[in-house]
Amino acid sequence: MEPVAGLKLDYNHKLTIKEYPYIIRWREDRCKRCGQCTAICPNGAIIPAVKYMRVIESTGDTPKPRPVRRVIHVIEQVNNMENYCTGCAMCSAVCPNNAIEPEFNPNSKFLFYKNHGGEGYKRGGRRNDPGISTLDRIKFTRISMLTDPALDAGRHEFRVRTYLGRILPPEELPLKVQDGILTIDKSSGKFIPPVREIFPIMIGSMSIGALSPHMWEGLAMGVAYLNEIEGIPVVMCSGEGGFAPRLLKSRYIKYFILQIASGYFGWDSIIHSLPQMKEDPAAIEIKYGQGAKPGDGGLLMAPKVIKLIAEIRGVPKYVDLPSPPTHQTKYSIEEAVMKMIQSMSMAFGFRVPVYPKISGTRTAKAVLNNLARNPYAAALCIDGEDGGTGAAYNVSLDKMGHPIASNIRECYLDLVKQGKQNELPLIAAGGIGKKGNLAANAAALIMLGASAVAIGKYIMQATADCLGDENNRCNLCNTGKCPRGITTQDPKLYRRLDPDKVAERVVEVFKAADVELRKIFAPMGRSTELPIGMSDGLSIDDKAMAERLEISYAC
Amino acid sequence: MCRLAAITSSKYFSPMENILALETMKEGHDGSGLGLTLKDLGGEFREFKEYPILSCICSRKGREVLDAYMDEIGFKLLHRWKPKIKPVKGIVARDYYFAGVYEYPDEWKDRTFKEKEELLLNTRIALRKMGEKDESIFAFSFYPDVITLKEVGDPLEIGEFFGLDKDILKAKIIFAQGRQNTNYQIYLYACHPFFIQGYCTMTNGENTAFVPIREFLMSRGLKGYIGYNSDSEVFAHILHYCQRQLEFPLFYYKDIITPLKNGEIEGRKDKEALILIKQALRPLCIDGPNMVIGFTPDGTCFMVQDSKKLRPGVVGGVNGKYALMSELCGLDKVIPNRDRSKDIFPMKYDMVIVSPEAKEVKVWNQLQG
Repeated sequence: MEPVAGLKLDYNHKLTIKEYPYIIRWREDRCKRCGQCTAICPNGAIIPAVKYMRVIESTGDTPKPRPVRRVIHVIEQVNNMENYCTGCAMCSAVCPNNAIEPEFNPNSKFLFYKNHGGEGYKRGGRRNDPGISTLDRIKFTRISMLTDPALDAGRHEFRVRTYLGRILPPEELPLKVQDGILTIDKSSGKFIPPVREIFPIMIGSMSIGALSPHMWEGLAMGVAYLNEIEGIPVVMCSGEGGFAPRLLKSRYIKYFILQIASGYFGWDSIIHSLPQMKEDPAAIEIKYGQGAKPGDGGLLMAPKVIKLIAEIRGVPKYVDLPSPPTHQTKYSIEEAVMKMIQSMSMAFGFRVPVYPKISGTRTAKAVLNNLARNPYAAALCIDGEDGGTGAAYNVSLDKMGHPIASNIRECYLDLVKQGKQNELPLIAAGGIGKKGNLAANAAALIMLGASAVAIGKYIMQATADCLGDENNRCNLCNTGKCPRGITTQDPKLYRRLDPDKVAERVVEVFKAADVELRKIFAPMGRSTELPIGMSDGLSIDDKAMAERLEISYAC
Repeated sequence: MCRLAAITSSKYFSPMENILALETMKEGHDGSGLGLTLKDLGGEFREFKEYPILSCICSRKGREVLDAYMDEIGFKLLHRWKPKIKPVKGIVARDYYFAGVYEYPDEWKDRTFKEKEELLLNTRIALRKMGEKDESIFAFSFYPDVITLKEVGDPLEIGEFFGLDKDILKAKIIFAQGRQNTNYQIYLYACHPFFIQGYCTMTNGENTAFVPIREFLMSRGLKGYIGYNSDSEVFAHILHYCQRQLEFPLFYYKDIITPLKNGEIEGRKDKEALILIKQALRPLCIDGPNMVIGFTPDGTCFMVQDSKKLRPGVVGGVNGKYALMSELCGLDKVIPNRDRSKDIFPMKYDMVIVSPEAKEVKVWNQLQG
């Protein structure tokens, strides 16, 4: 039978709304049709629509229900995979009458369809795994009470600090006894590597470019305030993409770690600024890998490459800026690690710690051992699979990488075997504060062997109300349409974000973390030094995990 | 809380003085053990000052193994002291308690003392390993002019058990610790004092930083850093590491276990060195609550506190005899006739150092350097 003209019998290629990750719940009775929700929706997932419908009305002195046909205005979810509802809920945020909200659809078939055009699904954000992470399962079970009195987190003195930089083994310290005291033996000619004393939680690498100017400025102001006013030496990494030129030449540069990655973006301007720099940066981070997308390079999409970003990075405006997966000029670990560390150390007169960052991997120990033999390697940062990113393929985010807990633990224990656990600090990243337990996750990693931890997503959520979560909510960072103004270069979007408020929240977050770390360390009887590797304080409720992490099992 | 009684004197005295001090300080249950370390020995050991003494507890089988091993290495037994065991209710006597004086093997006689020390350490560890599994050999110390005795039970009763009240065993420095612990499964190697190559410490309190410290020491590549059946054994090994391995002056022991804050370091003449030490020896920092009493090979005795002074400790005495005690009543028992106004209660920055032969007492202040 021939189809009737104007009618479509075959709906096979039309998806139902149930296929989408979020379904819009709109309440007609509450909606006043102001249009704010459709205007703010970052993905165009909802539209105002006009419908001709049969409705029941009761009017008149003696109301009697009767059907009428009329034209009505509704808010409708778009049935188009390009404009899927991301669940960001900005519509709910702007609605004056609580008339609209997205609802998570656990039965969606999103990933079956999100590859139109033959391109895999790309997004920003974090790994979509709402389960409880290993870090959140770890408990602190060695409680001091009577045989060893608990310390008082509020009154005793605590030193919640760590070292960033290569530390000489005690046997190699260039010391001599002179007049009964130890002095530095300058005649030994021994190189004493630079070491920074920092707060053990640092802000991980997020670039100018990936972040909006307001977000980056807010973080930077917060970090400066923490150092100069609160006396908490928090450092922050620039990410790959250069650094604000004025800040480079200011005294505040000492609170920042400059990152160099495979695209070398921004390093032309940094190198040219060297003669004018008043202070040294806190450190140099060489990025070889990223936990969110191991083995993959960075990508700044063309819409984000505005004039400021183009100037800092020394590139034309509005072109895609991909960093290669690896440093193209290097062909072996010796090349990649040793020569780059040497070159960067030399550029800063051997006054600045230089360390590599790799993604969590089963081969981390091979990199570690290479660094352990290199006296100029200042640390090793390992970024676990729960790390975040501004842009990556979904498959990289969800399926590639190694959890941080066991990776850090095995590296630490490897250093212990070599007696170098205090010489090469391990920095753990990826998934710290995933569920909001910043201090507890940080303390757990420290007690597993990390000297410090780096955070990214947590600070975006806590300071700028990032909407993302492990149910793929929002995660639009790659599009430049961040509805909070965090990861966008569109002034209309980033003006929503007040940098002063971000800075205030940065200060609050770190002050609170400082207090919470004390509340963890005090009952465990630790206050003078960070309890790095104090694994007897930890337990977990899973025997296999306990065995793998070499901690106790408690249930 | 464990009780510590250390006495240093210019004259030989009996370990019963220490044990009676422990008894005075006793409070409640105290059956977890007694450890005694005697240095600069008198009595029958006076003529063997140069020869190493092996302090051991063995089973019948263990003794045979030990004798055969010592023979194989080439150590010749010169003298063997055995306590006159008096059966005491509650103390299960083991087969053999003894301290054997040995002559060095012929090929080692002309070696330096440092080399000989390595031989002694290696031998002690080998014996320990041979008898550790079946508990047939406990080797506590093997060093010239030092004897160690350990047993589980009430300190006073152990003193009687060993016949120390009648024996002529005497020394110029004696350390004694009575463990007051609710854990009944006491292992002999967990009893203080701990001794390694001339360095000895005993401690009260628990060591909350034990695991990182143990891992750091065990990874130094030194054979003697093993055991750690007690979390306090690390204090002896840190002292050994600080003085013998790194060759730091004694007071840096305090700077290692309780490092100053950065602002405080500024006031020290050796601040540049201190910053490096603080960084390089960060894993050896203790958090207490601990009071540590120790002696070094030259006979210097000292007392230090954790950085918050969470445990008591007092030093007092007269010229020629000083006692370092965990409690004042112990000091009163040992040296009642002294000027009490000169008693020293070391605070968190202090290190009390008593020179060899108990000639003088100095308080070294960490802030002043």
